[in-house]
Amino acid sequence: MSTEINNYEPGMHPSLPPPPNSVGPVRWMRDNLFSSASNTFLTLLGLYLVYLILPPFIQWAFIDSVVLGAESRKECLAMMGDDRGACWSFVYRRWGQFVYGFYPIEERWRVNVAFILTAMTIAVVLVEKLRANNKILITAVLFPVASYFLVVGGSFGLVDVPTNKMGGILLTLIIGLSGIFVSLPISIMLALSRISKLPIFSILATIFIEFIRGVPLITLLFIASTLLSYFLPPGSNFDLLLRVLIMVTLFSAAYIAEVIRGGLAAIPTGQYEAADALGLSYWQSMRLIILPQALKISIPGIVGSFIGLFKDTTLVVIIGLLDPLGIGMAAISTTAWAGLSTELYVFIGLFFFIFCFGMSRYSLHLEKKLNTGHNN
Amino acid sequence: MSGMQVQEKKTVTLGSLWRDKKSRGVIMQIIAVIGILLFLGNIVSNTVENLDRLGVKVGFDFLTSPANYDINQTLIEYDSSDSHFRAGLVGLLNTLLVAGCGIIVATFLGFTAGVLRLSNNFVLSRLMQVYVEITRNVPVLLQILLWHGIIIHSLPVPKRAEAIMDMFFATNRGVYLPQPIPQDGFGWVWIALLVAIVFAVLFKRHANKVQEQTGKLIPAIWIGAAAIVGLPVITFLLAGAPIEMSYPVLKGFNFKGGFVIKPEFMALWFALSLYTGAFIAEIVRAGIQSVSHGQTEAAHALGIRPNFTMRLVVIPQALRVIIPPLISQYLNLTKNSSLAIAIGYMDLVATIGGISLNQTGRALESMAIVLGVYLFISLFISALMNIYYKRIALVSR
Repeated sequence: MSTEINNYEPGMHPSLPPPPNSVGPVRWMRDNLFSSASNTFLTLLGLYLVYLILPPFIQWAFIDSVVLGAESRKECLAMMGDDRGACWSFVYRRWGQFVYGFYPIEERWRVNVAFILTAMTIAVVLVEKLRANNKILITAVLFPVASYFLVVGGSFGLVDVPTNKMGGILLTLIIGLSGIFVSLPISIMLALSRISKLPIFSILATIFIEFIRGVPLITLLFIASTLLSYFLPPGSNFDLLLRVLIMVTLFSAAYIAEVIRGGLAAIPTGQYEAADALGLSYWQSMRLIILPQALKISIPGIVGSFIGLFKDTTLVVIIGLLDPLGIGMAAISTTAWAGLSTELYVFIGLFFFIFCFGMSRYSLHLEKKLNTGHNN
Repeated sequence: MSGMQVQEKKTVTLGSLWRDKKSRGVIMQIIAVIGILLFLGNIVSNTVENLDRLGVKVGFDFLTSPANYDINQTLIEYDSSDSHFRAGLVGLLNTLLVAGCGIIVATFLGFTAGVLRLSNNFVLSRLMQVYVEITRNVPVLLQILLWHGIIIHSLPVPKRAEAIMDMFFATNRGVYLPQPIPQDGFGWVWIALLVAIVFAVLFKRHANKVQEQTGKLIPAIWIGAAAIVGLPVITFLLAGAPIEMSYPVLKGFNFKGGFVIKPEFMALWFALSLYTGAFIAEIVRAGIQSVSHGQTEAAHALGIRPNFTMRLVVIPQALRVIIPPLISQYLNLTKNSSLAIAIGYMDLVATIGGISLNQTGRALESMAIVLGVYLFISLFISALMNIYYKRIALVSR
């Protein structure tokens, strides 16, 4: 020992590397995976679970599966031989229906154009640089209107397409997007009424919101499909899709109103008082001071409600509209494709997962960006 | 004096009323009320006219007429000659059953996944994240259908079902279990259970008092638990085990006897539990993260042991954040159970709002009952939550 100390020359020395087992993957694994006996057990259990689920799923969905070629489940099975993989052929064969429903084939270009226009609108709304330019913003707002005329037809020399021909992803997007865009202004009005000092407005909004939130969406859809005709003047009968759209919009408006009410409640009273002190009218103070702050706080909740609404569009299959799930169920009830329910649910699930997961990631990103440091 | 006179004489015009904030509020409210009344009046008159034209009578008398349909899962005795009212009651009980079972499993799953997501075990936290993201972002209807499909297609038909331990059978018509049937004298066991629970509660109170006065800790929870389990078991044995098991036996194409869990119930139960569990996991995670780390450190500094720190310091504070959204998830689960109609589980919507409605054509009344029941459940639980909320609000500053 002493000789070592004697040999050690005073002065600056380059620092020694840390011991190999306290850095790098070894250390990381010891800290995160095997820090104690129970932790080691849980790690191994987790890995076993992954082993149990993942390889068979990959085998089923990708390796043993049949995508192209087969005309029926029988052919699929014949092509697979002894393997029992997924038969995706029906998705491939019915791709057109999954996207457009029963929209006339020669008119599908209209839907494609509408898809592109809507995508452009969404891009403008999402990308800040584009949104900042007023001309671009106004043009983008006109796109959905153009999309409506394109898809519905009946004017500008386009053939009228009845709504019962619309289905698949087209239908999901129609219900989801129009529900989202129409319900937002309604929900702002509802939230403002609910916290209004005028008792009648507050009571009416509360009753409406609590009623809608208290019952399942499926019962509201049943009302849309069966009862609404009782409430309308005799002889009038309007489109089922429109009735569903109204119900879905009211439903999501009630939920978003509660999110926005939470945002409004988080604004300190000083902000209201300052707006009053500046002599702003009610609407001016709401538009310029309160709502911009309240909506900013509410964004994660609003996006959450939108995701919920988007997922809930699948319920329309129960009252007979043909969204992708309905199209798929029709497909697997034919003799050619009978028995492929698992494939269908996995495929539709993937479709919804991509959209909803994307939206939730965007919401997280927005939350981080809008977090300007001060809490209000 | 004269100035006030002038003010009183000031003429009131519509314009001045509109410019005054208060009177404008009153006017707008009156307009709103008139608007709503006109709207409702219009709907009522339309409905009356439509019903007249169709020759449909309105009334709840159809509830007493025989339902004439079977229900595959009944908690109370029911056959097709019973009334629509009883059918609806069976449906309501089925809704409550699946909601109750779902809530228990979803809470367990959610708390487990939420805590594990925060663990520093990389594999587990990632695994839980994958579970949460996948189930949260896929429509629950799809998950219900998927589980139903898996159960129906992957389990064998009753004839080919293999017995597990000679008494459990998993088939595509349901999972069959032996059913205990209480005989004479089983009532004593219930009484013993009641006595044990009363004892446990009283003993816990006593233990709390002792701890407050002397600081001594009595393991009251363990003693109470031992009493609740032990006393009924002892009574059961003393009464000569008054129970008879009904074992499922294959007869023809299906099993007879025993207790059966239907595939529809299982699919709905799994799907709702997994779906809601993912949401609860996120709520629990946010709740635990909301308790500042300083609280844990302060507890450690006071010399409180880690497991007591969790129980007495962190969890009570996290629960304040967790419970309100948790209750609203429970309500969501209950409302989502109405999707049962997609796989033929006979809940409230499928009985009164489904078959009864179609058989009798009483759409207005049936839907009113269904909506009323769901509203009652939601508002009742919201009211309970508000009471709870006020109580914890008193505890906080």
